[in-house]
Amino acid sequence: MMPVDYQSALHPAGPQAASIAQLWWFMLAVCVVVYGLVMATLVAAVFRAHAVRQAQAERSLTRTVTTATALTTVALFGILVASVRTGRAVGPPDGPVDPLGVEVTGYQWWWDVEYQSPSPPNTVRTANELHVPVGRPVRILLAATDVIHSLWIPNLHGKMDLIPGRRTELWLQADTPGVYRGQCAEFCGLQHAHMALTVVVESPAAFEQWYAAQKQPARPSSTTQTQHGEQLVTRGPCALCHSVRGTDAGGRPGPDLTHLQSRRTLAAGTLPNARQPLEIWITDPQHVKPGVKMPPVGLSTEERAAVVAYLETLR
Amino acid sequence: MTPPYDQSGDGLSNAEIEQLTDTWREPPGLVGWLSAVDHKTIGLRFIVTAFTFFVLAGLLAAAMRVQLARPDNDVLGPDLYNQVFTIHGTTMMFLFAVPVVLGIGIYFVPLMVGARAIAFPRLLAFSYWMYLASGLFLYTMFGLNVGPDRGWFSYVPLAGPEYGVGKRADVWAQLVTFTETSGLGVAVCLVVTIFKLRAPGMSLNRMPLFVWAELVTAFMVIFSMPSVFLASGTLIMDRLVGTHFYNHAEGGDPLLWQHLFWFFAHPEVYIIFLPGNGLVSTIVSTFSGRPAFGYTALVLSLVSTGFIGFGVWVHHMFTTGLPQFGVSFFTAASLMIVVPTGLQVFCWVATLWSGHVRFATPMLYALGFFQVFVLGGLTGVMLASVPLDAQLHDTFFVVAHFHYVLIGGSLFPLLGGLVYWFPKVTGRMLDERLGRVVFWLFVVGFNVTFFPQHLLGLMGMPRRVYTYPAEMRWGTLNLLSSLGAAIMFVALSLYLWNIVRALRHGTPAPGNPWQASTLEWATTSPPPPYNFAPLPTVSNREPLWSASWPDQPIITGLATDRREVLVTRLMDADPDHRREFPAPSPWPFITAVAATGLYVGSIFTPWAVLWGAIPTTLGVLGWVWPRHGQRPSDLARALGGAGTEQRRS
Amino acid sequence: MNDLRIDVSHLPTYAFGHRSLMWWGVAALMAIEGTIFALLITMYLYLKSRALEWPPGFFAPMLLWGTVNTAVLILSAVPNHLAKRAAERQDLRGLRWWLGVSIGVALVFCGVRVLEFRTLNVWWDSNAYGSIVWTLLGFHTTHLITDVIDSLALETLLFTGPMDESHFVDAAENAIYWDFVVIAWVPLYALIYLAPRLA
Repeated sequence: MMPVDYQSALHPAGPQAASIAQLWWFMLAVCVVVYGLVMATLVAAVFRAHAVRQAQAERSLTRTVTTATALTTVALFGILVASVRTGRAVGPPDGPVDPLGVEVTGYQWWWDVEYQSPSPPNTVRTANELHVPVGRPVRILLAATDVIHSLWIPNLHGKMDLIPGRRTELWLQADTPGVYRGQCAEFCGLQHAHMALTVVVESPAAFEQWYAAQKQPARPSSTTQTQHGEQLVTRGPCALCHSVRGTDAGGRPGPDLTHLQSRRTLAAGTLPNARQPLEIWITDPQHVKPGVKMPPVGLSTEERAAVVAYLETLR
Repeated sequence: MTPPYDQSGDGLSNAEIEQLTDTWREPPGLVGWLSAVDHKTIGLRFIVTAFTFFVLAGLLAAAMRVQLARPDNDVLGPDLYNQVFTIHGTTMMFLFAVPVVLGIGIYFVPLMVGARAIAFPRLLAFSYWMYLASGLFLYTMFGLNVGPDRGWFSYVPLAGPEYGVGKRADVWAQLVTFTETSGLGVAVCLVVTIFKLRAPGMSLNRMPLFVWAELVTAFMVIFSMPSVFLASGTLIMDRLVGTHFYNHAEGGDPLLWQHLFWFFAHPEVYIIFLPGNGLVSTIVSTFSGRPAFGYTALVLSLVSTGFIGFGVWVHHMFTTGLPQFGVSFFTAASLMIVVPTGLQVFCWVATLWSGHVRFATPMLYALGFFQVFVLGGLTGVMLASVPLDAQLHDTFFVVAHFHYVLIGGSLFPLLGGLVYWFPKVTGRMLDERLGRVVFWLFVVGFNVTFFPQHLLGLMGMPRRVYTYPAEMRWGTLNLLSSLGAAIMFVALSLYLWNIVRALRHGTPAPGNPWQASTLEWATTSPPPPYNFAPLPTVSNREPLWSASWPDQPIITGLATDRREVLVTRLMDADPDHRREFPAPSPWPFITAVAATGLYVGSIFTPWAVLWGAIPTTLGVLGWVWPRHGQRPSDLARALGGAGTEQRRS
Repeated sequence: MNDLRIDVSHLPTYAFGHRSLMWWGVAALMAIEGTIFALLITMYLYLKSRALEWPPGFFAPMLLWGTVNTAVLILSAVPNHLAKRAAERQDLRGLRWWLGVSIGVALVFCGVRVLEFRTLNVWWDSNAYGSIVWTLLGFHTTHLITDVIDSLALETLLFTGPMDESHFVDAAENAIYWDFVVIAWVPLYALIYLAPRLA
């Protein structure tokens, strides 16, 4: 089971989230004090013994109200300064950096993740999972193809929208290794609730290992069953939407499946990645995630077993 | 302090009072019911209709809380849930919150300014019918499974032609067009009434604070509603006739929608809040037994909030990637708007401090306002910060925030205001003890429902999700929130019960049961059709508390055989001229039916605009055309030919 | 009981200008419509700011008919103004005449407006530019048509009756509203016809 704080703004795992959390605690403190003062004054005002109104009392009240308003203005100005400073701290870095470049494209209801690479044929493309090395700035370029989505990984940073026709970006860095969860935060239709992203923060060495493995094309199938499965997947309707590098399947509308088994979840965080959920998912996706764009393909029992066997080789 | 006139009307004979009653009363029967133009009748219709929609939207909220009480719940599937939250928000914002605050303005502003009627009564009637039609339209479509399901702010491209398949988004857009038409009509009536129909002596700086609040609100309606009117109109155009306002492939921009929508929708929340603000001034003043402290400061705060409210809309778009420098300006403006509101809170506390507080039910609601609204205002300060908002935006933290400010800032004062004004409208008192029980249940239930949602947002729960996985550990707080909603449900049911019971068995109410100071308490409970006889004048801000009230001059000389209203001058309300107001007429209803046909038809075909325009125009002509058989004026007599020959009986 | 009374029976039953309720109603209407126009203009400029080319891939609207119509509209201010003066003088004959002339000029304007639409060189569903141009022109045209219908109704009333002094006030307000339709056109003309031609 995941730890309770793995999609939480109150448990920062990187400098941006930490800056924001710091701002949060500062503002919370200010607000608690202000609220306490106002409520206390209110209670005192209401339960005070009956007072006779005098001109002097009116003047004294005027002074108090004026002072309180002035103090409010000063406090707000202080908050403005703190806010702008934090905003600068969590924005794009000033000096020259060597960020890890990732392009995340939002679809109804999954995340396409593609690592920028100088050599396109070996581009790492995966779905619904993001790996980053500890301590290195990451520059995420965001795009959307259909409707507005929003990428939110609260342990690492605030959210940024993915807007069709526009490019936005999110700079973040993770300093604490672990597995975190992100979720779409802009209502995007029927399955907005089931559009999560797993974020794996690991040591640079582990990251390089993962990256190198992801660059490889799919291994060819060796058994009869998996070969049958490969044929069904890469030459059948699945290939219209899905791609498996190293085979004929090159569909773009759906997630890349080349290293499906390296991912922790299926269907953007809706199901754990294991045999039975996988079977259920490909047999009747509408039952798991009503409205999803993946249609049931009508496989016989034998065909389904072959497909699952093949998909399980895509490590 | 006893008003200077009793039921028989000081300065008018019984025969004159009888004639006045006959002139001003509503005609009977079904046609009469459709022809009503009395602001009290229509105001009450707005309020009752609005609360009906409140109940419907509340039931939708209850459904949501049942669905979210447990993780991976299946009470509501995604399609139904998306309709439910969209219609909950749309109903609350467009069919409850704005109409109800305008409705209390319609009923009480003419009374508070000492007028016989509201300006443009037939426009007011038309506005009510359009409002009623809009709600019937929305819920009929919902019943037919064509309920909008894109969120109450209906972002594009999700609501656009490509991804918003079917008519659901059109239903939403046209609902908006309907309610904006209605709201604008009411706003015009309110502004003109407040400017030109005040009792002599009620200069602008002697107007009750509630009237100031309604005035600023009406101005905000006039300048903000055009924006959403354009937004919904262009959305329908994109969906129906192929325009490309929001299609980025052809030069359009999804963010244009957000700008247009929020330029309206932020002032909208102040439209909802300011009348509540005015109510707080009224209640705090009455139940402290002293005028509200800092009248000028309170008025300036209302006006400046109205202005600044137009300059903060981008704070709803902080996560769209707009340039840092630009958005910081909106942080500054959003923080700045706290200053006038803070000033008002301090003034009210000062009023309580220096007054003798009576803990009647309306006052309890005012205190509840402070507890809830101030908390909501403070979370608003947090959300005004761009980096912090980047974490909190689109999460349950925001849901908590806006419920605190809207329910705290508008519903609490409204519930208190209804208890306060119930005697005036119905002539009966509500049960005070039950009222207190209801208050405590409601304030506790409210906090139990919405406070946990702040935490849920910080813990990563986004909004508008029909369910969530068990492993997120959000279940406990969600369950707690749902239990709070159940408490609120009980409280509001008892509130309603209190009203129903009081209507039958409530203690009869005197003219001024709370010993309040404003003019509506100077007439009977309920007021007669002609409001006041004779018309009052004022010489200070708290007329009924002033020692000179019994010696206050009264107005005589207005006709009693026709609906004659005194028009006064803008600044000092000096008498200027007498205007004959129109008699009840079914034409506003007929025009509204025609316009409804136009609006509903035009979501299916653009030709409906043309075809619908014909009966609508005929309706308007029937409405404005002068009646035959009216008394001929001097001019008409002088003209001889044109104008006198139609005098039949 | 008190004896202080203010007798208002001697006050007139109608008033012109900002003393009248109708003036304020029209003012409110102008505020609403004016806001819509201002927002439409802002939308135009916003969409233009996001475009690389403006108009994108199309010729700018033909200058001829728009300019002709602008001249017609500005000229229409004359009979309109004379009608207003006649109304304020309560000169029924004069009002009937000048309001009639105003309506005539407005109908000419409507006719030329058809030609304007036909020479915009873009359709509303071509792209966002076309959409905003048609909407701008369309919205102004709607105002025109409603004002013409309104004026025709008033003119009819001036002949058939029953009328009284307050209808002179209505005629004066109608004239003010026409001024608004004319003034609102000037920035729209600049936007639709001139802005695309500025490099």
